[in-house]
Amino acid sequence: MTVRVAPPIAMLAELTHRCPLSCPYCSNPVELSARDAELTTAEWTDVFTQAAALGVLQLHLSGGEPVARRDIVELVTAARQAGLYTNLITSGIGLSKRRLDELEAAGLDHIQLSLQGTDAAMADEIGGYKGGYNRKMQVADWIKELGFPLTLNFVMHRRNQHQLPRALEMAEEMGARRIEVATVQFHGWALKNTAALIPTREQAMEANQMVADARKRLSGRLVIDYVPADYHSEFPKRCMGGWGSSGLNVTPEGLVLPCHAAQTIPHLDFASVRETPLTEIWYESGAFNAYRGTDWLPEPCQSCERKTIDFGGCRCQAMALAGDPGVTDPVCTRSPHHAALTEMTAAMNADSDQPLVYRSAPPVHADKDVQDA
Amino acid sequence: MIDADVIPEIPRGVRVHRDTVRNLWVLLAPERVLPLDDTGQAILDRVDGTSSFGQIVTGLAEAYAAPRDQIAADASEFLTSLQARRVLDLKS
Ligand code: SF4
Ligand code: SF4
Repeated sequence: MTVRVAPPIAMLAELTHRCPLSCPYCSNPVELSARDAELTTAEWTDVFTQAAALGVLQLHLSGGEPVARRDIVELVTAARQAGLYTNLITSGIGLSKRRLDELEAAGLDHIQLSLQGTDAAMADEIGGYKGGYNRKMQVADWIKELGFPLTLNFVMHRRNQHQLPRALEMAEEMGARRIEVATVQFHGWALKNTAALIPTREQAMEANQMVADARKRLSGRLVIDYVPADYHSEFPKRCMGGWGSSGLNVTPEGLVLPCHAAQTIPHLDFASVRETPLTEIWYESGAFNAYRGTDWLPEPCQSCERKTIDFGGCRCQAMALAGDPGVTDPVCTRSPHHAALTEMTAAMNADSDQPLVYRSAPPVHADKDVQDA
Repeated sequence: MIDADVIPEIPRGVRVHRDTVRNLWVLLAPERVLPLDDTGQAILDRVDGTSSFGQIVTGLAEAYAAPRDQIAADASEFLTSLQARRVLDLKS
């Protein structure tokens, strides 16, 4: 490729796949990493240092549930020492007041709290964890008390979309400056629940309108970042900033992925931080170069004026929906696979009272750690 | 235009950071990295949570020997755009 590859800006560190919740839309792979395969504290510390030297500015500590790691405070300390802006992506379950104090002292910059629903009935049904909602609300109170910078993350789908107005209110009540309204994406486990969760076309339009109105009303008070239902959009969502252009993802056992769903693409090989320096993986590995830039794009993308806007859409979605990661994202109305997707979506929307398929328990169940964390 | 006695403040969760890899100043905020040009950096350098907008403008006008009105207009536009993104507070 002739274009010079820029360094990455953000890294998502999946510290563990263990999680007390079992959300049917989990985007983690169907095969989870076992606890004894996870990177150690020292290994993560080294990864953070390498990432900062490579140019990463923002670190997202994620999972599974990152606070299921007993060394979460040490990891935050290490990330801050490396100079990274450190964000914790959590369900809140397993965070005690003491642990929050420790995270604050360790220099954690920001917390992103997920919201499965705006009342216990909805949230606990979706999360598959009774009592989870009340514990989350307790954690939200502590976060507010401590003045922790907070983003609320509302994962939206056909069953809870009517709760969006309340979710916006809750964000303000909790003192959040930002809310992410993310329509569920179908990767990993979530693919098993597409029919049960995918919004109807009418719902998707209604959500777009609600968000547009709320943005006007709440301007300067609450920033709303919105991921629309892309199966119902005209164009696909932009693949991050383009494959291998701004972000990377490290799995619990140290594999480095261009995006968190990339393991669904069978022909890609992923290098591990246990064997290869991060810089080499970013600039030279086959997986990162596979869909970098625009040279690889097929038609109709190659001659499309939007190719540097969305980079042909999502590779993982092309894989999941068309069986080929190298074709135009079928969500795009210009894709030859689009008609089939429209048909499938319509059929699903017509028969949507499917039961939810919950995530099964991870290899080592997290409950115990989580409770005494 | 921001009133002279308003005090701009960078809230918790937002930091000015020297990016040594790209060799520039950036503002780090939740899910946002905002690159700062020299002007932006000079303005934020004076945002300390105690100086008023008027004092900041006076300081800049002296440091850069530039007309006060022009500086006030530029700084106001810049800080207002940060406020709209919730990465700056304007306390009156
Ligand atoms: S390939 Fe798809 S899932 Fe992966 S980063 Fe791009 S848009 Fe996201
Ligand atoms: S044809 Fe390709 S580049 Fe054009 S809008 Fe569709 S996905 Fe994007």
